[in-house]
Amino acid sequence: MTRIVVGPFNRVEGDLEVTLEVKDGVVAEAWAGSPLYRGFEQILRGKHPMDALMFAPRICGICSVSQSMAAASALADAMGLAPAPNGRITRNLAHAVENVADHFTHFYLFFMPDFARAEYAGRDWHARAAERFRAVRGAAAADIMPARTAFLAALGTLAGKWPHSLAIQPGGVARALEASEKIRLFGLLRDFRRHLETVLFNDALESVAALDSAAALARWAADKPRGDFGAFLGIADDLVLERLGRGVGRFISYGNYPQAESQFLRSGVWDGKLHALDAQAIAEDISHAWLEGEMRHPAQGVTRPQDEKAAGYTWCKAPRLAGLPMETGALARQVVNGHPLARDLVEHGGGNVKSRVVARLLEIAVILPEMEKWVQQLAPGEPFCTQGELPSEASGAGLVEAARGSLGHWLSVADGRIANYQIISPTTWNFSPRDSDGTPGPLEQSLVGTPAGEGNVAVQHVVRSFDPCMVCTVH
Amino acid sequence: MNERTEPFSMPASFNLLWLQSAGCGGCTMSLLCSGAREPTAALEAVGVRILWHPSLSEESGEEATRILERCAAGELAVDALCVEGALLRGPRGSGGFHRHAGSGRPMMDWVKEIAQAARYTLAVGSCAAWGGVAAAGENVTDACGLQYEGDQPGGLLGANWKSRGGLPVINIAGCPCHPDWVTETLTALALGAFGGKDLDSFNRPRFFADHLVHHGCTRNEYYEFKASAHKPSDLGCLMENLGCKGTQAHADCNIRLWNGNGSCARGGAPCISCTEPGFEEPGHPFHETPKLAGIPIGLPTDMPKAWFVALAALSKSATPKRVRDNAVADHQVVVPAVKKTGLK
Ligand code: SF4
Ligand code: SF4
Repeated sequence: MTRIVVGPFNRVEGDLEVTLEVKDGVVAEAWAGSPLYRGFEQILRGKHPMDALMFAPRICGICSVSQSMAAASALADAMGLAPAPNGRITRNLAHAVENVADHFTHFYLFFMPDFARAEYAGRDWHARAAERFRAVRGAAAADIMPARTAFLAALGTLAGKWPHSLAIQPGGVARALEASEKIRLFGLLRDFRRHLETVLFNDALESVAALDSAAALARWAADKPRGDFGAFLGIADDLVLERLGRGVGRFISYGNYPQAESQFLRSGVWDGKLHALDAQAIAEDISHAWLEGEMRHPAQGVTRPQDEKAAGYTWCKAPRLAGLPMETGALARQVVNGHPLARDLVEHGGGNVKSRVVARLLEIAVILPEMEKWVQQLAPGEPFCTQGELPSEASGAGLVEAARGSLGHWLSVADGRIANYQIISPTTWNFSPRDSDGTPGPLEQSLVGTPAGEGNVAVQHVVRSFDPCMVCTVH
Repeated sequence: MNERTEPFSMPASFNLLWLQSAGCGGCTMSLLCSGAREPTAALEAVGVRILWHPSLSEESGEEATRILERCAAGELAVDALCVEGALLRGPRGSGGFHRHAGSGRPMMDWVKEIAQAARYTLAVGSCAAWGGVAAAGENVTDACGLQYEGDQPGGLLGANWKSRGGLPVINIAGCPCHPDWVTETLTALALGAFGGKDLDSFNRPRFFADHLVHHGCTRNEYYEFKASAHKPSDLGCLMENLGCKGTQAHADCNIRLWNGNGSCARGGAPCISCTEPGFEEPGHPFHETPKLAGIPIGLPTDMPKAWFVALAALSKSATPKRVRDNAVADHQVVVPAVKKTGLK
């Protein structure tokens, strides 16, 4: 047995340190450590409730709109306020731009550069992967960065700027769109679609979204060169990435993109069967975090740092649903929502490095055409923001899906001030530490059995397949 | 000869090391939205070479720690050290709230050491400049900026600290900072076209800090007439009721614009003066303008209160109906009249 500490983990958001116990060249046990504590939950106490709209996005620079959406939803819940239809659509668009851009950024900048590493020099795809995906210097960057910037310009129009906008409000958005902006946004989406359809997929988004099984995906990939997604699928086959990083097999999604009557992506839990989500069954265990207190539902959660706690090895709490660790992310969302390709991949290999990456790119193909429809539903001239009063005693929850998975804010207001504010971010779920039963978190379980040691980057693939965001994790 | 007309000197190489401390990564995310090209290529074009950046580089784990060690030891020349995020000194001065992964060493120690070796040190964003949001509330983590703690000089490196290149920490403030503020400061440094005179009294690059957010705001006409918004999504000026500090905050957000054509005010949101030290604790809710006897407390820095009151009264009485009605609507309810006789 040798113990190795892997960190700093770059090309993830924020600081991550993974400790591995390696036996016979594979991981026997893993511990996920988040070595940064900023204390947002403590900062927010005593503030004016609306100040959450300023602080929440700054929890995380990569999913700042998601944080704003969760805060605005928690406030709206506390106010009993329904957003104006235009406001709801505009918020969905802003949120979807960020989520899609995140998947895109993760694929090109964070995930693929590992295949350019010298460790893979012997593989017949390596030269091409290195030329295209090498960190900082790869050819893909020159293609994709301008496309990403042009796409994110949608957030200049929708929210003033990105990251960190105060435009997202409990009743909608602080900025009504004009007819010309509706046209401009549609054009922007079409332009990004064209980029995806030529560079990423070499196919229509609708054809990608319609792939309904692992076999259909394999046929599609074999048919002709399929852009950068095709390159990934080839590498994934060669390295058998579907056997790497097998997850806990239980998936959670809060559902996302509220429509007039329902959500475009439904909420739920999948463990081979679909169950309704019971948000009351969520609780955070802190037995292995440098924090004081006991396991609680986030509405009653407390955050008190205790850096000298012997059992602690991270600042991250351990959220559990009915006592069990859950995997969250694009794969969970698509599985819960019933996408046949995602379901088939999970039925045959569970959550793994390949299925997580496929689900992200699949989700891009599913959401972008929907966004084109949403833009057309905007009605300039009609209200974009409803107004409401915040009672001086109230509570509310905002449950949304960030790119990386389920994000919840729980707020309680007393005397017109924030009495408690608790946040559970997607990576808090995925990279949670052990709980008081000793059950490791999803990443910790996924790493077991992964080849590790000199010249082996499998651990990197497993970690990055979750697209972790560590600044969110501890907040 | 005016030194500003001296030709640029292209560096043989200008090495950049980027470290993330207690921030949100938003300044890096903002940087990646820079211009029409990728920022790393644009920087490379003026000789800037990235030694390591936590979000972009290939090296991970030990390889990355080794790069930091070589930078600290002076084996690898660092021309610009960019720090993003506040420095956490707590708990009890240990720096334990942020230990750099892999080394177990407090981030503040890494930063102190490498700053001694670097030619220039830059605070990227308001966290690294002043402490920023990390220092809000009771500041449980004892967060500070590189050379400031709020508006007080000091911070991690001390008030009198200068880098080997002879400059204090360059504060590219903002939460996040605009991508071009970063690329233009680095470009100017690399080309030898940046000196002490280019910094304002808070050591922010003057090219953006010598402007006010108010300059170029599309709500200027409403401001002139004190035709004010009352609720989110109103078109009027956000200064009188909704907390806008654009007339006091130093930055060129409404000249340069964000993400194509945006800014906070264009997005309907007040300027919260995120480039100013202490912006995170204004002493009032961000969406409300603090007032005394009905008059906003935070008036333009160079305008006596009596003038403001007199002008506001006069302009309110002279507000055209178009401006008055549109100010409290979310779209123009009265459009500018079309003159049929030609414009003089
Ligand atoms: S200054 Fe703002 S955007 Fe930059 S790291 Fe700090 S919180 Fe994030
Ligand atoms: S909204 Fe703010 S920046 Fe714009 S005109 Fe009014 S005071 Fe100036």
